[in-house]
Amino acid sequence: MEFSFSLLINAIAAGLLLGGFYAAVTAGIAISFGMLDIVNIAHPAFIIVGSYVAYIINAKFGVDPILASIVMLPAFYALGAAVYQVYYLSFEKRGQESLRGLAFFFGLLFVTEVLLLIVFGVDYRSVNAAYIGPSINIGPIELPLRLLVPCAAALAMFAVLQIFLSRSFIGRAVMAVSQDPLALRLMAVDPTRIKRIAFGISIATASMAGAFLIIIQPVIPSVGRDYIGRIFAICVLGGLGSLPGALIAALLLGVLESLTSTFYGPSWAPAVAFGILLITLAVRPSGLLGR
Amino acid sequence: MRTPLFIICEVVVATVLYLLFRHYGNDYFFFAGYTVLQFVVMATAWNILGGYCGYVNFGSAGFFAIGAYSSVFFYTVGQNVQDMDPGFLTSVLHVIFPIPVPILIVFGGAFAGLVGLGTGYLTLRLRGVFFAIATLALAVVIETLIVNWEYVGGSRGAYIIPPNTVPVFGPYIQYLFVLMLVMVIVGLTAARLIERSRLGYGFATIRDDELAAEASGVPTLKLKLIATVLSGALMGMAGSTFPFYLGFTEPGSVFDLSYAVNSIAMPMIGGTTSWVGPLIGAILLGTMQQVATVTISSVANLLIVGLMLIGFVIVAPNGIVGLWQDWIAKRSKS
Repeated sequence: MEFSFSLLINAIAAGLLLGGFYAAVTAGIAISFGMLDIVNIAHPAFIIVGSYVAYIINAKFGVDPILASIVMLPAFYALGAAVYQVYYLSFEKRGQESLRGLAFFFGLLFVTEVLLLIVFGVDYRSVNAAYIGPSINIGPIELPLRLLVPCAAALAMFAVLQIFLSRSFIGRAVMAVSQDPLALRLMAVDPTRIKRIAFGISIATASMAGAFLIIIQPVIPSVGRDYIGRIFAICVLGGLGSLPGALIAALLLGVLESLTSTFYGPSWAPAVAFGILLITLAVRPSGLLGR
Repeated sequence: MRTPLFIICEVVVATVLYLLFRHYGNDYFFFAGYTVLQFVVMATAWNILGGYCGYVNFGSAGFFAIGAYSSVFFYTVGQNVQDMDPGFLTSVLHVIFPIPVPILIVFGGAFAGLVGLGTGYLTLRLRGVFFAIATLALAVVIETLIVNWEYVGGSRGAYIIPPNTVPVFGPYIQYLFVLMLVMVIVGLTAARLIERSRLGYGFATIRDDELAAEASGVPTLKLKLIATVLSGALMGMAGSTFPFYLGFTEPGSVFDLSYAVNSIAMPMIGGTTSWVGPLIGAILLGTMQQVATVTISSVANLLIVGLMLIGFVIVAPNGIVGLWQDWIAKRSKS
C-alpha cells in the first residue's frame, strides 16, 4: 500500500510537470486556432523544427537549449509572419480557408517532416545540459530536473504571453480580432496586420516548446505527429481562445496521461488525449473556460 | 451517359487493362498496378466526404487500417478454429472459415463504416474543423488499440500466408489485382451516382453554405453521416486486402502517414468536384510514386507529393480538372 501510494504521488507530480510542458506546446495553437481561427495543424512540425534548431546550436556551440530557443525567437516570429502572409493571400482573402487551408497546413506538416527526415535521418537526437539527469527529492516525491526546468520555463513563457495579451494594445487587439474584425477595422487597426503579428507569436512559441521537448525526450522527425491530438485536445478542453483554460487543461491531461502510463502501461497514453477530445466535443464543446 | 452504360464502359476498360497486364506484363506490373488502384479507391473515398461535402478527413490511414486489421482478425480466428472448445463448434466453424477474401472486403468496409458513423455522430454536429481534428487523432488512437491488441499481432505485426496460386486467375497477386479493380468500379460508380442524385445536391449545399442549407430544410447531419459512412467504408474495403498483398501486416506500415497525405493530395491535385478528379490525381501521383520509388528514393517521392499538394492548393485550387475547364472556357471565348 505504501509503495502504491508513493507511486501515485510520483505519477501525479510527473504529470503536473509534463502538463506544464504541454501548456507551452499548446500556447501557439491556443493563439492561432483559438483566437485567429487558423487551424494550424502544422504547429507540431514547427515545434520539431524548434527542437532541431536547439539541437544544432547546442551541439555546435554548447549553448543551453532554452537560451538558444530564446535567441531564435525572432527567426521563428519571421517564419510565422511569412507563413501567415502566404496563407492570407492564398486562402483567407479568397474565402477558401476551410478545405484548402487545412490541406495547405497538412501539406506543410508533411513536407517539414520529410525534409527533416532527409537532412537528419531517423536517428534520435538529444541535447546536453547540466540539468539533464539529476533530480531533487522532496519526501517521497522525486522530481527530475529534466522535467522541472522545462516546466518552470514553460510556465514563465505562459505568464509573459498572458500578460502581453491582456495588457498591451497589440495583445488586446489580438483578442479583439477573434471577436469582431470589422469593429477593429473601424478603430483604424488593420486586422490582417494584427493576425500576422499574432501568428508570428504563435510560431515563436514553437521555438521554445521545441527546446523543452528535446530536453524532455530525444527527438526524431515523426515525433510531432504524437502531439497533434494532444494539443488540440488541450485547446478544445480548455476552451478556444482562453490561455488560462489551456493551462488548466494541459495540467489535467498531463496528470491523466501520467496516471495512465503508470498504471496501465505507456503504450495506452496516446489514447487519453483522444478520449478527452471526444468527450469534450460531445459533452461541452465550448470547453472548461470557453466563451 | 446512363449509369448501366457507364458501368459497362468501366468493366470494358478494366478487362482490357487486366488482359494487357496479363499479356505484356510480369508480376511486378501487377504489384505496382495494385498500389495505384488502391490509391484510386482511397482518393475516391476521401472525395465523397472531402470534395462533395467539404469535410476534411485526415484519418484515412485509420479507416484503411480498420479494414486491414479486420481481415487479419478473421484470418487469425480461422487459423485457430481447431482449438475451439465445444467440438461441434469446430465443425461449424470449419464450414465458415477460412472466409473468402471478397467477404472479408465487405466486413472491412462494414467495420470502417461503423467507426465513421461513431466519429461522425460525435463531431459532425460542431464546426467542420472539429471533425478534421478528431479524425487526425482517431488514427493515433486506433493505432494505440492495435499496438496493444496481442491477438492480431500487436506491435510485432501479423503474418498472413496467402496461397501461391488461385484457380482461373493464376498467381495470387493477379487475383488481388482483379479484386481491387472491382473495388475501383464500385467506388467510381458510387461516386458518380452520388454526384448526380439528390444526395449529391444535398452534399453540395453543405459544402457551399451549411447554415443556409440547414435553414432551407436540408437534413445536414444525416447527409454528413451518410457521406462519412460511405467514405469510411470504401477506405476500409481498400484496406481489407492489404494483409494479403504484403503477407505481413504491422502497425507502422498500415498507419503510415503517406496514406493520409495521398488520399488528400490526389483529389486536391486532380480536382475535387467530380469523380474524374480523384481518378486522374490517383493515377498520376500513384504512377509517379511507383516510378520515383524505383528510380530516386521512397523518401523523395513523399516530398514531391507534399510539395505538389501545397503548390496545387495555392496556385490551382480546382486541380487539374479545374485547369482543364478554365482552358476550355478560354478557348470557346476567343
